[in-house]
Amino acid sequence: MAIIKIKNVSVSYNSHEALKNISFDVEAGDFIGFVGPNGAGKTTLIKAIFGLVPLKEGSIELFGTSSSKFINWDKVGYLPQQSSSINPLFPATVQEVVLLGMLSQKKWPRRISRHDRIKTDEMLQKLKIEHLKKRMFSELSGGQQQRVLLARCLVSEPELLIFDEPSTALDPDSRESFFELIKNLNRDSKIAVILITHDTGYVGRFAEKLLYLDNHLIFFGKFSDFCKSQEMGRYFGEHHQHIICHQHHDASDKHHHTHYPPHNKPGSEKI
Amino acid sequence: MNLISFLQYTFIQKAFLAGAFIAVTCAALGIFLVLRKMSLISDGLSHFSFGAIAIGLFFGVYPYYVAVPLVMAGSLLILKITEKARVYGDASIGIVSAVGIAGGVIIASLSKGFNVDLFSYLFGSILSIRTAEVFLSVLLSLAVLAILYFYYWDLFSATFDIDYAKTTGIKTNTINVILTLLTSLVVVLSVKVVGVLLVSALMILPAAAALQIAKGFRSAIFIGCCFSLFSVLSGITFSFFLDLPAGATIVMLNVIFFALALLYKKTA
Repeated sequence: MAIIKIKNVSVSYNSHEALKNISFDVEAGDFIGFVGPNGAGKTTLIKAIFGLVPLKEGSIELFGTSSSKFINWDKVGYLPQQSSSINPLFPATVQEVVLLGMLSQKKWPRRISRHDRIKTDEMLQKLKIEHLKKRMFSELSGGQQQRVLLARCLVSEPELLIFDEPSTALDPDSRESFFELIKNLNRDSKIAVILITHDTGYVGRFAEKLLYLDNHLIFFGKFSDFCKSQEMGRYFGEHHQHIICHQHHDASDKHHHTHYPPHNKPGSEKI
Repeated sequence: MNLISFLQYTFIQKAFLAGAFIAVTCAALGIFLVLRKMSLISDGLSHFSFGAIAIGLFFGVYPYYVAVPLVMAGSLLILKITEKARVYGDASIGIVSAVGIAGGVIIASLSKGFNVDLFSYLFGSILSIRTAEVFLSVLLSLAVLAILYFYYWDLFSATFDIDYAKTTGIKTNTINVILTLLTSLVVVLSVKVVGVLLVSALMILPAAAALQIAKGFRSAIFIGCCFSLFSVLSGITFSFFLDLPAGATIVMLNVIFFALALLYKKTA
């Protein structure tokens, strides 16, 4: 069943067309890597899904409802780019931050119940960070903060998780365990995952499907189809296509690289 | 004179009652303003209230009846200018602030009669607060605190992480409007306590002090309210016994609390 339906979506900022005629569906239980160079429209696409930017053309449905009228926010968990909008001076405890995840289930006036606190404690235990409960969020390491924000995402038991560049603030070991955790959630709890990254060579180790965006949709489908596609081979060049596919199959390789099709490399001219 | 007979003065009781409610309201709201980097909106709106009070005095209307709606309109004007005129928030605050001061000075020069009254609002006069003003202060403070209570989690979420708040269904634009309207109400109330020129201190300093030592968001609000309450009550007391201006004394006590909180943070 499609939980997100995107049909012919275009979004413009002033005269710049950030997204051009995008169409695809996200099925329940999918794990999709959203990949593309900087400025390709990845974050804009997520904002469009959340109804935070107006559509120039097209339509988006979330769980069968138009995104502009969608109200069941507890079905969606969102982890924004770290430090992009979080107030670093904010004196919140870990428990308070995770409780914010319960607000999506509530109508005004939003109040936190004893049951919410119990669920929060359970989620902290599940992610093995219950010892941080009374600590100040701002005093934690990047990896710990990311786990807390993941707990905030998961506490409302969403059916869809959207991560925007979740590995930016993490060291390689934290990144590895974080992605493993997401992979397990997708596999064991059947939660659909959309993972935005510019890390083309790494995402394939975890995601089942690839969406390659460069203002318009370059590719959407299974990694195996991407690997077989002659069209993608021509677009990316066989070497880059091979690297992406190789990473997808070799789970023991912890190195990661950012790969762009030759004409999208920073500093290179677009076709 | 001892403390017991001091507390038996009616004007002191009125000042304590109104001052206590305004102090707590200022600190509770101030935490959100400081964390949202909106502290200077209280400064701009207090300057705007100078013009609004001048209009009230000019037409012989009780100044707060004019100041409350006009300053609320001023706060919405700041939001509108920021949204429509492609200028940043601090610039729109500066514009509205200038309109208030310039308008107040022009009206004062036209009137020739109420300059003394008008300029008393610059520095506050909590010890001369009237019974009607005490009721108004308590009532409006309770209203502001009730709104903060019912919007607590919405404000918390939008202040901590505005992008995430939007994705949980919180109307962050509405939250901004509520916050600025509440600020305008509290600014008008605080003018009586510390005066137009020092209102922002009453909203910023207790919050800034609390943020140095708080170990959680609720505790930050609680500590800020304690600092603010204690500074207002002790400021009124010191000003009476030492014959100092009440508003300035209250603000200086807040500065001392902030310095102590900073020292505590550095040494802890």
